[in-house]
Amino acid sequence: MGEPGELAADEHVRYIVTAEKKKDSFESLVMEHLRLSGAYWGLTTLDLLHKLQAVDAREVVDWIMSCYHPESGGFAGNVGHDPHVLYTLSAVQVLCLFDRLDVLDVDKIADYVAGLQKEDGSFAGDIWGEVDTRFSYISICTLSLLHRLHKINVEKAVEYIVSCKNLDGGFGAMPGGESHAGQIFCCVGALAITGSLHHVDRDLLGWWLCERQCRDGGLNGRPEKLADVCYSWWVLSSLIMIDRVHWIDKEKLAKFILNCQDKENGGISDRPDNAVDIYHTYFGVAGLSLMEYPGVKPMDPAYALPLDVVNRIFLRKQQ
Amino acid sequence: MGSSSGEEEGTNKWVPPSQRPELADVVPVGQDDGPCPVVSISYRDDFREVMDYFRALYSAGERSPRALHFTAEAIHFNPGNYTVWHFRRLVLEALDTDLLQEMNFVDQIAESNPKNYQVWHHKRWLAEKLGPDAANSEHEFTRKMLAIDAKNYHAWSHRQWVLQALGGWESELQYCNQLLEEDVFNNSAWNQRYLVITSSPLLGGLVAMRDSEVDYTVEAIMANPRNESPWRYLKGLYKGDNYLPVADRRISDVCLKVLKDDSTCIFALSLLVDLLRMGLQPSDELKGTIESMENCDPETSHVDLATAVCSILQKCDPLRISYWSWYRTTLS
Ligand SMILES: [Zn+2]
Repeated sequence: MGEPGELAADEHVRYIVTAEKKKDSFESLVMEHLRLSGAYWGLTTLDLLHKLQAVDAREVVDWIMSCYHPESGGFAGNVGHDPHVLYTLSAVQVLCLFDRLDVLDVDKIADYVAGLQKEDGSFAGDIWGEVDTRFSYISICTLSLLHRLHKINVEKAVEYIVSCKNLDGGFGAMPGGESHAGQIFCCVGALAITGSLHHVDRDLLGWWLCERQCRDGGLNGRPEKLADVCYSWWVLSSLIMIDRVHWIDKEKLAKFILNCQDKENGGISDRPDNAVDIYHTYFGVAGLSLMEYPGVKPMDPAYALPLDVVNRIFLRKQQ
Repeated sequence: MGSSSGEEEGTNKWVPPSQRPELADVVPVGQDDGPCPVVSISYRDDFREVMDYFRALYSAGERSPRALHFTAEAIHFNPGNYTVWHFRRLVLEALDTDLLQEMNFVDQIAESNPKNYQVWHHKRWLAEKLGPDAANSEHEFTRKMLAIDAKNYHAWSHRQWVLQALGGWESELQYCNQLLEEDVFNNSAWNQRYLVITSSPLLGGLVAMRDSEVDYTVEAIMANPRNESPWRYLKGLYKGDNYLPVADRRISDVCLKVLKDDSTCIFALSLLVDLLRMGLQPSDELKGTIESMENCDPETSHVDLATAVCSILQKCDPLRISYWSWYRTTLS
C-alpha cells in the first residue's frame, strides 16, 4: 500500500466534475433513477472541498426542479420518475448547498413528507408503504431543514425509533432488526434533530461503535464484516452526535481513508485498491471532514451538510 | 405474459422493441437528460431503447398485458429502477393477475439481485396480499437466500417481517441453532435468536428462556472466546438488570475460565469489569488469576480489582485506549 500521503483534493474535484458530465456512460444509465442522490453526493463533496463554484448553480437548480412532482409535492430520482422521500431529501439538501430553498413550495413538500407518517409513528418511503428507520431520518431531516417539523407527530416518530433499539445499544431497520451502522446513523440523527438523544444509551452504543474499528484502522458496519470507507461516515457521525468520537483512533482511520484514494484520476473506493465511485468519494471526504482534516470544510453530523450551510439555514430562521 | 421476447431468455433471439409489430403504435420517449454525445455500445443501446418504450407506456398510463410484459423486460435490464416496479404494481392491480406467479417472477429476480431494495419491497407487497398462507414459502425462500449470504440484511428484514406479520415461528429457534452451528460468528443469527426468545408466541419470553439460553451462550463462548456476538447476547439476556448477572455464578465463571487460557481476551475482561462495577465480590481464584497476568501492573494490585482489569484493557486494546481510560474514570 505504501504511504497514504495527503488528500488529493484537486483530483477528486476533477473526478466529480467530469462524472457529472458523463451522462451517456453505461453506469449513468443504470444510475439514471437515482441521479438526484448522485448529485447530492458529488455536490456536497465539492462544497466540502471549497469548489462548489466549479458547477453552474442555475443549471443544477433548474435540473433539480425538473425532478419535482407538483401534484404530490415529492421529488423523483430523475426527470420523469416517481417521487420518493429519498430523492426529496437529496433535492432539499442540494438546494440548501446553493442557498436556493426559495424555489420550493415548502408547505407542499412538507405535506408530502408528513403524509407518509404511519399511525405507529414510522415513515414509509413513498405511496407503496415500505417502512424503514431510514425513512424516519429522511423525513425528519427534510422537515427540519424546511422548518416544518411541527407537521408530524414527533413524539410518535421518536417512540417508533426507540422501539428499534437493540440489546447492544444500536438500532435496526425495524423493531427486532439487527444493529447496523447505517441504520444507527439514521436513528441517532433523527433523535438528535428532534432533541431526543436522552433515549440513547451513549456509553453502550459508543462502545459498540468504537468496536467497529478494525485492525487496518477502517470501520465496519456490523461485527465480523470488512472495513469500508462509507462506514467512516455512518459510524463517526453517530459517535459525534453522542459525544463519544474520542473513543476511536482517528489517525488510523484517516490513513485508511487516504489509502483508498485514486491519487492519479481522483475518487475514493470502498477499500484500498478497489475501483472508485462517487458514493465512496463523498463518504471518504465527509469522514475526513468529521475528523477536522485540513482544507476540508466541517460537516454537520446530523444534517449531512457542511456546517456553514446548516448554520445559514437555522440562524436565518425568522419565519 | 406470452409475448415475443424478453422473459424466455436464451432460446428466442432478442428483438428490439422498435421492430416488434405489437409495439408499432407506441412512440418511444427518451430520458430528458439534456444533450448527450452518443458513444455506441450495443447492449447499452438495447437498454436505452427498452427504457424509451417503457417511458412511453408509463406516461400513457397503459395498464395492459403488454405493459406488464414490458416492465418485466425493463426490470431484467435494471432491477434497481423503482419507477418500473411502481408501474408494474399498478398494472398488476388493474389486471388482477395471479400473485403466486408474480411471486415466482420476483423470486427469480431476487436470486440474482439479493441486495436490491425494490425487489424485497415488491416481495413484501405480494406477501401481504397473499396473507398467512404465504408464510412458509417465504421462510423457505429467505432460508435459501441466507444459505448463500447468511448476513444479507434485506433477507433478514423480510424474514422478520413475515414472522411478525404472517407467522411461521415453529422452527425458528432451531433454524438459529443451525445457523450458529454453521458459523458461530454470525451476528445476524444471534440477533435473530434474541428476537425469537423475546417475541416468539410459542416460547414464553425472555425470562422463561433465560436459564437455558445462558447455558447455550456460555457453551458458544467457550468454543470461541474471541467472538463479540455471544458476549453481548449474554449481557442482553439480563437486559439492564444489575443484580441477576452478578448473582449468577455462570457469568463470572465463564470470564474466569476464558481468562485462564487467554489473558488478553477483551470481551472477557470487559464483562468482568462490568460485573465488578455492578458489585461482584471476586473470589480468591479470580483475584489470583488477574494479579498474575503479565499485563497486570504490579503497582495496581493493591488498588481495587476493577481498576486493575481496566489497566489491563488499556494495554491489550490500544485501538480503544481512550474508551478504557474513560471507563476507568467511572470506577472511582
Ligand atoms: Zn461502502
